[in-house]
Amino acid sequence: MRLERRHRTSRAALVLAPVGAVAFTLLVSALLVLWAGAPVGRTYALLLQGGFGSVFAWSETLTRAIPLILTGLAATVAFKARLFNIGAEGQLYAGALAAVAVGGMHGGTGFDLPPWLLFPLMMAAAALAGALLLLGPALMKSRLGVDEVVTTLLINFIVLLGVSAMLDGPMKDPSAMGWPQSVSLQSELELSKLIAQTRVHTGLLWAAGLAVGVWLLFKYTVIGFDIRAVGANARAAAFAGVPVTRTVVCVALLSGALAGLAGAIEVAGRTSYVTLDMSPGYGYSGIVIAMLAGLHPLGVLAAGVFVAGVLVGADTMSRAIGVPTYIADVIVAASLIAVLVATLLTQYRVRLK
Amino acid sequence: MNTVLSLRGITKRFGALVANDAVSLDLQAGEVLALLGENGAGKSTLMSILFGHYVADEGRIEVFGRPLPPGNPKAALAAGVGMVHQHFTLADNLSVLDNVLMGTEPLWQPFSRRSAARAKLLDVAQRFGLPVQPDAKVGSLSVGERQRVEILKALYRDARILILDEPTAVLTPQESEALFDTLTQMVAQGLSIIFISHKLPEVLRVSHRIAVLRGGRLVAEARADHTTQAQLALWMVGHAIERTVRQPPRQIGDAVCVLDHVRTAGSGHDRLQDVSLALRAGEIVAVAGVSGNGQVALAELLSGTRRAIAGTVRLMGRELPPSPARLVQRGVARIPEDRHAVGVVGDLPVWENAVSERLRSRAFSRWLWVRRGAAKAHARSVEKAYDVRGAGLDAPARALSGGNMQKLILGRALMAPASASANKRTPRLIVAHQPTWGLDIGAVAYVQQQLIAARDAGAAVLLISDDLDEVLTLGDRVAVMHGGELGEARPAAAWTREAIGLAMAGS
Repeated sequence: MRLERRHRTSRAALVLAPVGAVAFTLLVSALLVLWAGAPVGRTYALLLQGGFGSVFAWSETLTRAIPLILTGLAATVAFKARLFNIGAEGQLYAGALAAVAVGGMHGGTGFDLPPWLLFPLMMAAAALAGALLLLGPALMKSRLGVDEVVTTLLINFIVLLGVSAMLDGPMKDPSAMGWPQSVSLQSELELSKLIAQTRVHTGLLWAAGLAVGVWLLFKYTVIGFDIRAVGANARAAAFAGVPVTRTVVCVALLSGALAGLAGAIEVAGRTSYVTLDMSPGYGYSGIVIAMLAGLHPLGVLAAGVFVAGVLVGADTMSRAIGVPTYIADVIVAASLIAVLVATLLTQYRVRLK
Repeated sequence: MNTVLSLRGITKRFGALVANDAVSLDLQAGEVLALLGENGAGKSTLMSILFGHYVADEGRIEVFGRPLPPGNPKAALAAGVGMVHQHFTLADNLSVLDNVLMGTEPLWQPFSRRSAARAKLLDVAQRFGLPVQPDAKVGSLSVGERQRVEILKALYRDARILILDEPTAVLTPQESEALFDTLTQMVAQGLSIIFISHKLPEVLRVSHRIAVLRGGRLVAEARADHTTQAQLALWMVGHAIERTVRQPPRQIGDAVCVLDHVRTAGSGHDRLQDVSLALRAGEIVAVAGVSGNGQVALAELLSGTRRAIAGTVRLMGRELPPSPARLVQRGVARIPEDRHAVGVVGDLPVWENAVSERLRSRAFSRWLWVRRGAAKAHARSVEKAYDVRGAGLDAPARALSGGNMQKLILGRALMAPASASANKRTPRLIVAHQPTWGLDIGAVAYVQQQLIAARDAGAAVLLISDDLDEVLTLGDRVAVMHGGELGEARPAAAWTREAIGLAMAGS
C-alpha cells in the first residue's frame, strides 16, 4: 500500500471528507456502545438531547465551550506558526491564579480599587502570566533548538504543583474548611450571566470576540502573514524578510495569553476561585479542537461547541442509560483521527499494489 | 543485436496527468541509450516504473527476455538492473567497502564476509577501470569518487543494465570526461547503459542511440551519429527555441557592491575564506564552480541570510545590512538556489508570495494592516509582466510549475511597486544563484534574457551557476570558486573551458 499525491482535489472530495469522518466516528463509537450492552440509537439520541436538546442543554454546552474555545485558539495561534504549545493547561492555571492574585478577597477584602480599573488589571495579569509561561520555551526553541513539546509539557506539571502549593499556602481560603482552594474573587469582578437562571456567562462573548480577532489577525495583518509564512516554511519566510525569531516570540506571547485568559474567564465566569480540579484537561482538549477546526479560528468556535456538547451530552446519557461517560472521549478522539485521515485522503490517494 | 531490456506500451497516469503515454523502448546489449527530455517529460517516472518504485497502469517490461514483476525494486535488482541516482545514496561515515556491502548480506549471517567481498570489489573495480580504496571513508571522497562508488555498488550486485540519472550534474568537465571513458569501458565489457540527461552536447558525445521524451510520449528515436543538437532541441521542446547568445555589456559603471577579504561562518567548504570581489553596475560577474565549494555562503551573504565574520561588504558605499528586508529596501534583487524550499512559501497563495519581500513597505501595508487591494494589484502586474501561468493568484504557490515559480520569484525581485520613487524602480544589485537550474529550455532563455536586460538597465549582476555554458554565455567577467576561495574575476574572453575546469578542480 502506498500514498500518491493527488494533482488536484475535487470538490466532491472536500464535501465527502467531513461526512465520511462523522460516519466513521459514529460507527466506531457504536461498536463500543454495543459492547456496553446499550441500544445504539437510543444512546445517540440521549447524547444529542443532553448536549443540544433543550435550552438548559445548550446553556450547559456553551458554558463548557468557553474555556475550550479559548484554549483551542491558543493552540491554533501556536500551531499555525509550528510552535507546538502543549502547555495550555499550565498557562490556564497560571492565568487563573494570576486573576485571583489581583482580584481575590485577600484578607477579607482584597485590593481596594474600583472594579472598572481592577477588572482590566485582572485580565491583563492573567494574560501576562500565560504569555510569560510560554516565552521561555519559545526562546529556548529559537535560540538553542530545544524542543518545545517537551518543555511546555513538563512545565504543566511544575505549574500544577506550584498552584497546589499556593492553594495550601499563601492563597488558601481560610474559610474553606481545609479544602485546598484559593480565596474567591471580589464579587464585583465576576462576569454577569448571559441568560438568567443558567450558568452561561459573558465569557462566551469574550471567546467569540477573540476568535474573530484571531481570524482578522491571520487574514488581514502583516503579523498574520508572518505567522502563516513561518509555520508553512520558516526558511522561505526568513529569505523573504520575515523576522522569524520575533514572530515566534509574538506567537508565544499571544498563545500563552489566550490560554491565560481561559483560566481568568473560568474563574470570573464560573468557579470564582481556583481549585486543582477546575480544568479537566481543557488545555489538552484545546489541541484537539484546534486540529478539528483545521487551525481555522472561526472553525474553533464550531469545534469547541461540538466537543463541549459531546462531553455534556455524555453526562446526561450516562445517567440515563449507564454507558460510561468515557464514550465522550472516544467520540472526540475518533472524530479527530477521522478528520485528519479524511483531510489526508483529500490530498493523497491510496494505491494497493 | 540482442535486446536486453524491453519496455512495451508503458502508461502511467496521475489523476488527469499522463506522465507516460504508451512508451515503448528497447535497449540492446552493449549500447548506451540516452533518454533525453525536459523536466516533467516523464524520464524519471519511466525509470521509477522500471525500477519498481511506481506501478504502471498499462504495459509490461521484459529484462533478458523474462517479464519483470511490477512494483518490486528487489526484482529489478535481481534481474540485473542497477540505478545510479543523481543524489547519492551513500553513508558518509562508512567506508567504501561498507557502503558497497550494505544491503547485500542477509541479516542473520553472523559474520560479514569481508575478505571475499573486498576481493570481489577490487576485481570489479579493476575490470571496469574504476579504481577505489575500499577502506577510505566516503565522507573524505570527492564528488567524482563518490559517483564511482555508486556505480560500483550497482556493479557489485552484478548489474548488467545500468541506469545513470543526470550523472554529470555534479561533476567538473574533467570528471565528466573520466566518466565517459568509464562508460566506454563498461559497454566494451558487455554492459548496457541508459543515460538520462537534458544536456545535448554530452548526449551526442556518449550515446549510440537517443530516445526523446516530451509530455510523456516518446517523440523520436535516432542514432547519435545521424542527428544534430538543433534537431534534438526541436524534438525535446516541440518548437524552435532561440538560445541566448553572448551580448557584450553596454556601459560599465561604478562599483555597486564590494567584498573585501570576507570570511563567513559555515561548515566544511560551505563558507567563504578571504573572498574579495567588486560588482559593477552594468556588468554580469559569473561565478563557476562545483557546487558545495562556498557558493551557498556567497549567495546567502549577499541575500542577507548569512553574516560575514571578518572583512567588509559594502553596498553603494555603505555597510551591507544583515537583514533580507533591508537589503530589498536598498535595491538588492535576490534569486535563491532552491526555489521550492527558499524562494516561495508553497502553501501560501501566489499573490502573497509575489509581495512577500516588500509586505512591510508602505506600498503594501499601513500600521501592520495589509493593503490587500494594492498587494493583489501588484501581484497581478507581476503575473502579467513576467508571464506567470498557473492556477491564478489565489492558488498555492506550490501548484506552479518550476518555470512559472521562477518567473514569479524573478518578478517579485525585479519589479518595484508602482508607487516606488523613480530611483528605486530598478534593482541596483541582482544576486542570482542557479537561476535556471531544472528549468526547461524556453524558461532558461527567458530567465537569461531578463538578467541581461536588467544588466543593460544598469544593475550589477552576480550570477552563481554550476552550468559552464551559462557562465560562459552570460558572464562578462568570470571567477571560479573552489574550497571557499574565489579566484580573480577575469574577462570571459580570457577563459577557456579547460582553464575553468582546472580551476574548478582546484589546480
